[in-house]
Amino acid sequence: MTEESPEITPKADGVAGPAKPEPPPQAPVGPAPQLEPAADMPLLRIEGVGKTFGSFRAVDRLSLDIRAGEFFALLGPSGCGKTTLLRMLAGFETPDEGRILLGAKDIAQVPPHLRPVNMMFQNYALFPHLSVRDNIAFGLKRAGMARDEIATRVAEMVALVKLEGMEKRKPDQLSGGQKQRVALARSLARRPQVLLLDEPLAALDKKLRESTQLELMDLQRRLGMTFIIVTHDQEEAMTMAGRIGVMDAGRLEQVATPRELYEAPHSRWVAEFIGDVNLFDGEVGWRENNRLLVTTKEGVTLAVTEPRQRVTKATVCVAIRPEKVKLSRRAPVSDAANTHAINRLEGVVTDVSYLGGLTAYKVKLESGVVVRASVANTARLDIDAYLAGQRVVAWFTPDDCMVLEQ
Amino acid sequence: MTRQVNRISPFNITSLALGLAFLYLPIVILVIYSFNASRLVTVWGGWSLRWYTEFFNDRAMLDAAWMSLRVAAVSATVATLLGTLAAIGLARGERFKGRSLFSGMLYAPLVMPEVISGLSLLLLFVALNAERGFWTVTIAHTTLTMCFVTVVVQSRLASIDRSLEEAAMDLGCDPVKAFLKVTLPLIVPAIVAGWMLAFTLSLDDVVIASFTTGPGSATLPIRIYSEVRLGVKPQINAICTMVIALIAVVIVVASSASKLSSSQGKSAAPL
Repeated sequence: MTEESPEITPKADGVAGPAKPEPPPQAPVGPAPQLEPAADMPLLRIEGVGKTFGSFRAVDRLSLDIRAGEFFALLGPSGCGKTTLLRMLAGFETPDEGRILLGAKDIAQVPPHLRPVNMMFQNYALFPHLSVRDNIAFGLKRAGMARDEIATRVAEMVALVKLEGMEKRKPDQLSGGQKQRVALARSLARRPQVLLLDEPLAALDKKLRESTQLELMDLQRRLGMTFIIVTHDQEEAMTMAGRIGVMDAGRLEQVATPRELYEAPHSRWVAEFIGDVNLFDGEVGWRENNRLLVTTKEGVTLAVTEPRQRVTKATVCVAIRPEKVKLSRRAPVSDAANTHAINRLEGVVTDVSYLGGLTAYKVKLESGVVVRASVANTARLDIDAYLAGQRVVAWFTPDDCMVLEQ
Repeated sequence: MTRQVNRISPFNITSLALGLAFLYLPIVILVIYSFNASRLVTVWGGWSLRWYTEFFNDRAMLDAAWMSLRVAAVSATVATLLGTLAAIGLARGERFKGRSLFSGMLYAPLVMPEVISGLSLLLLFVALNAERGFWTVTIAHTTLTMCFVTVVVQSRLASIDRSLEEAAMDLGCDPVKAFLKVTLPLIVPAIVAGWMLAFTLSLDDVVIASFTTGPGSATLPIRIYSEVRLGVKPQINAICTMVIALIAVVIVVASSASKLSSSQGKSAAPL
């Protein structure tokens, strides 16, 4: 799933902030480059925007701020309204309510050709009757740019997406990856204030997608442009975006950095949507220092670290990621002074799936609950492997537990 | 299965030959007999071009041919214009309320027996007290051929991804300009094919033309038909051969136009 190493975050929700978790080597550590000095004023402000198609509420009073120079991803299952939101930003759909402020101007009712925003289409939408050069120059000609200026800009764009020598080809003479580059060059040529990307990599195969993700990130950083990408692929969103807005049923469930989304989801829905998770519903028993004791429906008591935002409800859901569940043959020795230092669940291994980098286990507890654990295969030989039917102890620390109130 | 069909076997060769003979043998015989020197249609008298020269000396026939060409050209042009507009309305008018009703009405002439269309047009022209001649035939042919143009252009439009127009608008075109710069170049081959189709349909129509034409303005098919009723003259063979040649040329041009359009877009116009 993600490359989060299990032992980094003692307090997951403390890792807030705009910084990307894994900045590539040449990138400055910290927030994405900010062009505007007025950093607190967002470049794009979406205010209570709603859109209904017939009886289907596609986007439901959604508000969101996007900063200049940001790489923002809208992530969600199909039909969650992410594409509708993007199309409203491009101008192909008009919101029924709300405002879309670009800088200080409300562009909600502005037609697409008058917006300083460009879009890269999912199927690229290259003009089949025009050459690569004319495709890239299309928007520049409409802007009334001088001939030699257009030629310079097109050459610059062709170099940027590494398509030198292909200028005279027609789109049907290009491979999928090349088409994708032409579409990118065409949408960047007008130097839009915001570039919208609708599932830009969906049509590429896996290997090409991964290298293109890195190229897109590099490009975005070099140009200092604001990118908003729509995707249903959480890995893609987490790799590329500085911040992710997770959408469901026309609403934003959570807007956060990839690490925050994974390690400190706001809701049960987000926890289940991003990655794998074990969930235990239960009642908050009592507090001890900064620990909460939660008794699950099955009668197991789990010790969890109370999040920074204090738990107010009595009924909560304890979530634990499979890679944070450790397995051992015998129960780990616990700190005598603190009996709740470690949660221990005894059970039997029912399922072993070897996945290369890791092995996924299913452990059935005596109460009947199945706990999933994924163990990194750090050694080549299978000395650490467990077999189906083997009795094991699944254990995890209170710090690794997430407490969800909804 | 496919291998079975692709293989050259005696059975396949025979069935192909029989099929082609069934379709084209009458035409081939007509073409050969148009070069017949004999006055009798059914007796071979050696090769000759005399019936062709006879045609070019036959004033009435030439007039009818000229009339047919003019009617075909004008009605095809008007039908292409209207048919293309209708196709755009049908393919792109999402807020167009009575769209399915309109498309049903548009396609009615496609399935309507020609006798009925011809008769109803005749009644209309009589009621309007219009003088029957070139214009009435042209109008009648326009209503007949327009729906064919619409079918061809609409299917081409349907195969063009809407996001192409959106991309054009995104890159600074207003909707009209997006249509002119992106959609129109992509449907031009279909429009050309539609015009050619309308032209040939008009050129060989007898039924509607005979209802709507007036004295002294017979089209070529009407002229041929009335000649044939008095007995087939070899001259008719020569005229028919020329009409066949003209239509063959038009069809070849139309299908290469549609092939051109398919190499640019995803699918060809049906032709």
